[in-house]
Amino acid sequence: MALFSGSLRLERENIRESARTSERRAERRAEKQAKREAKEMIEIRNLSKKFDQFTAVDDLSFEIKEGEVLGFLGPNGAGKSTTMKLITGFLSPSAGTVTIDQHDISSDPIRAKELMGYLPEGAPSYGDMSTLEFLNFIGRIRGFSGSELEQRVNHVIREVELQAVANQTIETLSKGFNRRVGLAQAIIHDPKVLVLDEPTDGLDPNQKHHVRELIKNLAQDKIVIISTHILEEVTAVCSRAIIIAEGRIVADGTPADLESQSKYHQAISVKLTEAYDLEADLSSLANVSGVEKDEEDELRFRILANDGKSIFTQVSEVAQQKHWPITEFHVSRGQLEDVFRTVTQEVGGAG
Amino acid sequence: MGNLGIIFKRELLSYFATPLAYIFIVIFLIANGIFTFDMGGLYLRGQADLAPFFGFHPWLYLFMVPAIGMSLWADERKTGTIELLLTLPVRLADAVIAKFLAAWALTGIALLLTFPIWITVNYLGDPDNGVIIAAYIGSWLMAGGFLAIASCMSACTKNSVIAFILTVSICFLFVIMGSPILLEAFPGWFPQFLVDAFSAMGFLTHFDSIAKGVLDIRDFMFFTVFIAAWLFASAIVIEIKKAN
Repeated sequence: MALFSGSLRLERENIRESARTSERRAERRAEKQAKREAKEMIEIRNLSKKFDQFTAVDDLSFEIKEGEVLGFLGPNGAGKSTTMKLITGFLSPSAGTVTIDQHDISSDPIRAKELMGYLPEGAPSYGDMSTLEFLNFIGRIRGFSGSELEQRVNHVIREVELQAVANQTIETLSKGFNRRVGLAQAIIHDPKVLVLDEPTDGLDPNQKHHVRELIKNLAQDKIVIISTHILEEVTAVCSRAIIIAEGRIVADGTPADLESQSKYHQAISVKLTEAYDLEADLSSLANVSGVEKDEEDELRFRILANDGKSIFTQVSEVAQQKHWPITEFHVSRGQLEDVFRTVTQEVGGAG
Repeated sequence: MGNLGIIFKRELLSYFATPLAYIFIVIFLIANGIFTFDMGGLYLRGQADLAPFFGFHPWLYLFMVPAIGMSLWADERKTGTIELLLTLPVRLADAVIAKFLAAWALTGIALLLTFPIWITVNYLGDPDNGVIIAAYIGSWLMAGGFLAIASCMSACTKNSVIAFILTVSICFLFVIMGSPILLEAFPGWFPQFLVDAFSAMGFLTHFDSIAKGVLDIRDFMFFTVFIAAWLFASAIVIEIKKAN
């Protein structure tokens, strides 16, 4: 009997042991998978938002990877802010899903919101509180207390330079400080995802520069999503830009990619000293698509390249051979502004 | 401290960060004094009780409580802080309850500060203090009922003045629902159970019985369920309205 129960026990042990190993294996597999998927921190699938008859966001799908600084561009009313509000869970989508590090914002909102820091448009905050009180309040909601809370609050106050106004009531602060308080509350918990709706709106050039430096520093190990209509900001801080118009993505790529889509990409800008027929000389070059006269300066021309191909060498050779009467000659980069206008107006025209 | 507690504390402190709380308390106390001593004739009645004091409370609350509650959500929407609050890891229910409780606590503080009247009555005579405590609780519950309506109306609009007017109107309806004048106005053919149901919704019906010292669990339940229902409605309205 004893022997029997002993072998039984052994058998049970064996079963348990094998269950444990398979559990461990499953864990390891899940870990591996999590690592692989962690790269895609934010997944947006077929996201739509309708207000009555008006469709503000129309079937958006994209992913954002760790370390990306995404510039979200679009004309006013294109659905930028609505998308931000959907990502941060303020609004619920009419259709589609947003997942933040595997947490669905609709079904698991608290966990998803814990991972995010958000600066809403206009940087709203409780005006009757002092900067310090407000940051303490946000810190507590974010789950900090005691010395850790104090440390976090002091850290962000230093980071966005709020020392001078720490004890001042928020409603008495200037626009620039107000925005910085909003930024401070968004980064107090060192979030994995930082969503900033027009973070530099209303700041002076120095403050803008400062905020951009801050964003660049923050961006290393997290995702930053910036909505803006200031295009230079995208070139300055973003590693990727998405342009939306009428709720749909019309362009998506690195700022350099987008710039190269401009018809002025690789174009050569020349300034003449007297009238001269450039087109006649250039007609033999296959990569030259045309010559455009500057609207303000009669003697300034732009020689456009086909599909962004480099035409510098060829054109400069022709210029030397034919002794063009030039005082200036340089290659111009595509401007994001041109691309922005082209892609957003195409949609507007079609709609 | 959970998020509910953190928001509650912030809200309550913000009442005292502006003159609002002080003005509310001072006017509440002055109005109570006038109603009780001048108009209620506390001394002339020759009775040591606080019936005149509590009798005026429904009418006092009709204007005072909506004044506190009107900005509960309307201001959050107007300043945009609602977007900040609801994108923090906070459940909507916690936010609704915390804001309500903070405003309710303020009315509680104002009510507690009327204690000199209670001391006066005890000095002058020998009142039934059990009845007085019951009436205090009843009065506070009624204030909660008014506030819950205010919370919902405040969620409906960005404009706190509109919220105030809506709240006063609806509160007035609930105050007079149980009054005899209104009940007699029903035509004879009207089904009696509907008239009864109508009257059962009235604040006065429940408050009067508590104020007389009749501690009926049904009256407590009425206010509790009433508050819960209006707060639930607030949450729904906030959810629907935040889109625009």
